[in-house]
Amino acid sequence: MMFPTLRRPPEWLLLLMPAFFVIAAVILMPLVFSLYSSFTPYRLTKPDTLWKWIGTANYQKILTDGKFWAAFGRTILFLTIVLNLELLLGLAIALMISRVTRGQRTLRTILMFPMMFSPILVGFQFKFIFNDNIGLVNNALQSLGFTNAAAPWLVDAKLAMFSIMFAEIWMSTSIFAVLLLAGLFAMPQDPLEAAKVDGCTPWQSFRHITLPFLTPFIFIALTIRSLDVARAYDVVQIMTGGGPARRTELVWTLMSRTGYVDARMGIANAMGYVSILLSILFTLYFFRKLSAARAAIGMSD
Amino acid sequence: MTAARAREKTRAERTHRRRRLALRLLHFAGLFVTMCVICLPGLWIVLNSFRPSVEILAKPPDWTPSFTLEHYRAMFGGAGEGGVPVFRYFRNSLVISLSSTVIAILIGMSGGYAFARYRFRAKNAYFVGLMLFRAVPGVALSLPLFIIFARVGIIDTHFGLILVYVAMNVPFTIWLTDGFFRQIPRELREAAEIDGCTKWQAFWRVEFPTARAGVASAAIFAFLTSWNEFALASQLTRSAESKTLPVGLLDFTAEFTINWGGMCALAVLMIVPALVLTFLVQKHLISGLTFGGVKG
Repeated sequence: MMFPTLRRPPEWLLLLMPAFFVIAAVILMPLVFSLYSSFTPYRLTKPDTLWKWIGTANYQKILTDGKFWAAFGRTILFLTIVLNLELLLGLAIALMISRVTRGQRTLRTILMFPMMFSPILVGFQFKFIFNDNIGLVNNALQSLGFTNAAAPWLVDAKLAMFSIMFAEIWMSTSIFAVLLLAGLFAMPQDPLEAAKVDGCTPWQSFRHITLPFLTPFIFIALTIRSLDVARAYDVVQIMTGGGPARRTELVWTLMSRTGYVDARMGIANAMGYVSILLSILFTLYFFRKLSAARAAIGMSD
Repeated sequence: MTAARAREKTRAERTHRRRRLALRLLHFAGLFVTMCVICLPGLWIVLNSFRPSVEILAKPPDWTPSFTLEHYRAMFGGAGEGGVPVFRYFRNSLVISLSSTVIAILIGMSGGYAFARYRFRAKNAYFVGLMLFRAVPGVALSLPLFIIFARVGIIDTHFGLILVYVAMNVPFTIWLTDGFFRQIPRELREAAEIDGCTKWQAFWRVEFPTARAGVASAAIFAFLTSWNEFALASQLTRSAESKTLPVGLLDFTAEFTINWGGMCALAVLMIVPALVLTFLVQKHLISGLTFGGVKG
């Protein structure tokens, strides 16, 4: 063991090398660069500013900026509402489909439909549907005689928030429903039948048998979903662009505006780091929950 | 006495039956509404891609069905509607998505195999660490990548986007294939080696075919991610040289107007390959996600 570096590297390392290499080159390196530039007043229009070190000034600026905190708080609120509703709706849909006796496969296929949509396509689709002038929703409301006025779905602050949440939920509930349905199919039926014989109400057997079995599936879905929370950027960017008057501004739209429209890359990268931290915390949290749930039902190795 | 009891019994039965009927109606109504909400938006897009622009913009709304290929003709003709080079975008999307998927699968499979078959220190930390790179938001990554790619000179090239999508897809591919390789008993491989296979042959002839389902589902996910990605592509592409379909969708929006019909037609073009592909392997898709996750 005098010259450990001269030995042939272990096989697992060789196998993982390509993955490490490509991730280091395309993700890690840019992240290091953006970390550095978040300590400079870098502007795209003035390349020299990249070499000026200003310490944590950018971070201080965004952390004392009301607009940033508003966007940050809105992002947290948005994610909390959206993830919870997606989980609940997904569970309800999975339960409903698992009870169907005929045409189950067709229903499951339809269920996967939104998973294939590009987030940007979802954004455009709902921008069209919620359009106050020619959108499906307003046209239907008016033709059916509910109202004569055009509801400003994407212009009014509250309605706009509702609309982007609706789009997000439409796009991502499927993944929950599909995974939970797979969980329901994998579930052994004996405990359920035993519970029925013992006189459990449907609610009791759901609460104490079905739900514990589904827990790991719920956390897989949440983990997979949390890897992709920033997909909401595409949807919101297209539907409202953070408007009207920043009422639907999320961390991601604020960041891209600061970086690309105002060309203030330094401060945009500082915001980027806050959003990266946010995503990583979400993912890490659900990963740990997933491991715990796996261990609880004895599926880990 | 017995008559009263019998009457009571039938009454109880009747309420029971009514309750079951109500539940079944509720179940049906719930499913119906869900399916409508899922299908209607897509259907609306498809229908509008066949409607003339005048009708889409009609006020009060025009509900009479009509059919025109105006938007498709304009789209494929490339001349009308601002001359969006749809064929180029389609080809770019296809080339970029397919090549990045193949490369990501090869790299990811090798990584997944390492996690499934070897024991080493801090394995879990490596695994979670890799996964966290997948969680980096595309917008946040696009800022530094934009600057670096511009310096290196690979902005607006197929190569640049392929590189990015490979890196994006590797972690999730590792996760899925790891779960699948673990399902395969080690004895299978050992038997092959006893029969005179090299390690390399044992993998390709025995283990790879067994894990095919998992690899297929990982490939679909990688393909869909690249095919649908927008946040990075919108910054790293500039011209028809490398623009992909999601970025091309923006060509239909001008400053104050949107060509809804043309956009709907392009949307249909974008969703059809993804739909076909997913339906072909949907069974693997679900088992891939669940096995990879639960038992991994």
